[in-house]
Amino acid sequence: MSETPRAPALQRAPARGRVGKRTRRIAWLAPALLMLPGAALFAVVVLSSAVQSLWISLHDWDGFGGMRWVGLGNYAELWRDPAFRVSLRNNLVWFGMFMLAPPLGLALALATSQPIAGFRTMRSLFYLPLVLSSVTVGVIFSWIYVPDYGLLAQIWELWGGVAPAPLSSERWVTPAIALAALWPQVAFAMVLYMAGLTTLDAEQIGAARIEGARGWSLLWHVVLPQLRPVTLVAFAIAALGSLNSFDMVSVMTKGGPYGSSSVLAWQMFEQSISSYRMGYGAAIATVILLLSSAFITLYVRRMVRP
Amino acid sequence: MTTATAFPRPFAPGRFRARRLCALGIVLLLVLWLVPFLGIVLTSVRSIYDITSGNFWGWPRDPQMLANYREVLLGTPLGRYMLNSLLIAGVSTLGVLVLGTLCGFVLARYRFPGATLMFALFVAGNFVPYQVIMIPVRNLMVTLGLYDSMAALILFHLAFQTGFAVLFMRNFIGSLPDELFQAARAEGAGTLQTLRFVVLPLTRPALAALAILLFTFIWNDYFWAIVLTFSDGAKPVTAGLANLKGVFFSNWHLIAAATVVVAVPPVAVFLLLQRHFIGGLTMGAVKG
Repeated sequence: MSETPRAPALQRAPARGRVGKRTRRIAWLAPALLMLPGAALFAVVVLSSAVQSLWISLHDWDGFGGMRWVGLGNYAELWRDPAFRVSLRNNLVWFGMFMLAPPLGLALALATSQPIAGFRTMRSLFYLPLVLSSVTVGVIFSWIYVPDYGLLAQIWELWGGVAPAPLSSERWVTPAIALAALWPQVAFAMVLYMAGLTTLDAEQIGAARIEGARGWSLLWHVVLPQLRPVTLVAFAIAALGSLNSFDMVSVMTKGGPYGSSSVLAWQMFEQSISSYRMGYGAAIATVILLLSSAFITLYVRRMVRP
Repeated sequence: MTTATAFPRPFAPGRFRARRLCALGIVLLLVLWLVPFLGIVLTSVRSIYDITSGNFWGWPRDPQMLANYREVLLGTPLGRYMLNSLLIAGVSTLGVLVLGTLCGFVLARYRFPGATLMFALFVAGNFVPYQVIMIPVRNLMVTLGLYDSMAALILFHLAFQTGFAVLFMRNFIGSLPDELFQAARAEGAGTLQTLRFVVLPLTRPALAALAILLFTFIWNDYFWAIVLTFSDGAKPVTAGLANLKGVFFSNWHLIAAATVVVAVPPVAVFLLLQRHFIGGLTMGAVKG
């Protein structure tokens, strides 16, 4: 789309005499009116809310009464809060595991990209986890992790091991939840790479093959560089997904056992909704925003660049 | 001999055995990949006897083709939740299509100061973590008297998803050939006429893809469902399912049946319209 000639500027609308002036004003008015409902709604609900949240984070507020200014007090408290540190560390685990999504997605895309009859349908069945709600995925994996009878326990027993109960183990609960969340994430990366593979430059690949490149070296030196934009988006979206890890935690453990599976998004919700500490919750939200902002910027720059 | 220019290299014609082996491998991989989902579908027709005796993975001993489904649909508010979700997702999707097309059209076809900034804000707003807008949005709905109503969810999704729709429609309308718009202008068509006679007919496939994506996104939303509603009359099906999971505790045959019911609409939409779905998703996420 970057090749499309630019739309003519509005100023170039016919401007001759009185009639021209009127036409020009109307030419400006119609597009503005068309934009108005969407832009206004988005500005009020999304953008102004984000700014308000920053403001709230500087206050002590239970959500009902008056707000009391505390400056950076909430942030100072966060710094000392052991629960916050647990959440932060768990988010790091999520982040690390989500970084597996792009390579796994690429592997699935490559494995299924052979032009064999019937593959098209099969390939799209791989995308299925993508359309499942995170609640659905959370419920499904809660059931896979059921002690003794669940799939995981059964696999363990095949090897003669003692069946683990990942959701009640403080050590394993976060990797277990993140693993469940990885399922749809890999499917998404696969969709992106599948589209990317169709845009490869055939000439370069043909030339590289004549030079004798094949297999891994062809993938690494010729194909991956061409897929760079896709890879960037896939990693950015995975990173943002790892910070937005509320749903699964809420469905599978509610942060338990003993807060050990909490993540920033969950802690924020719990502080605000269950403990009526809106200011403190808003401060956690700010931290999430700061951590996301690098990836958001990366993505926006890619989308907006002409 | 011609050199293959696709990656990975397609099989040479006639290598039937290699082809068949590869296909077999993929089928196995697919089954493995979908085991979690297939397993829950299988569990949804199990009897309580299977569940209590720990027969989660063996052949169902007393299959209940309909009993579990009847119980979750008639014995719980699941049906009501389904209706709520259908209404919320349907109305929001239609509204977002309108708002997103209008904004996307203007941003793609008119140059004015601040246009790029506006577009950047729409795109960035898409990725604002939900928690960052949670408290103000919740307060807004309380102030408007909409808290704990489907209207609150519709209004929120309408606003939030407009960001994605603008990104999507602006890119699509921007990629239409410029000659069409020049011709429309030469014919003396105004903004509304251009929209009606040039943009709308050409964007129909994009609108279909966008509608499918939006419906799925909104149907699957859980966070806003629990932030903005709590009573059965307003609660969407995702929040309802999370509740039922607690209520049913370890009656996994019922939980599984409810899970399948919740998954059916998005999965059906996906299977029926997968080309639109995948095309839309990649277009929304990658092309810029």
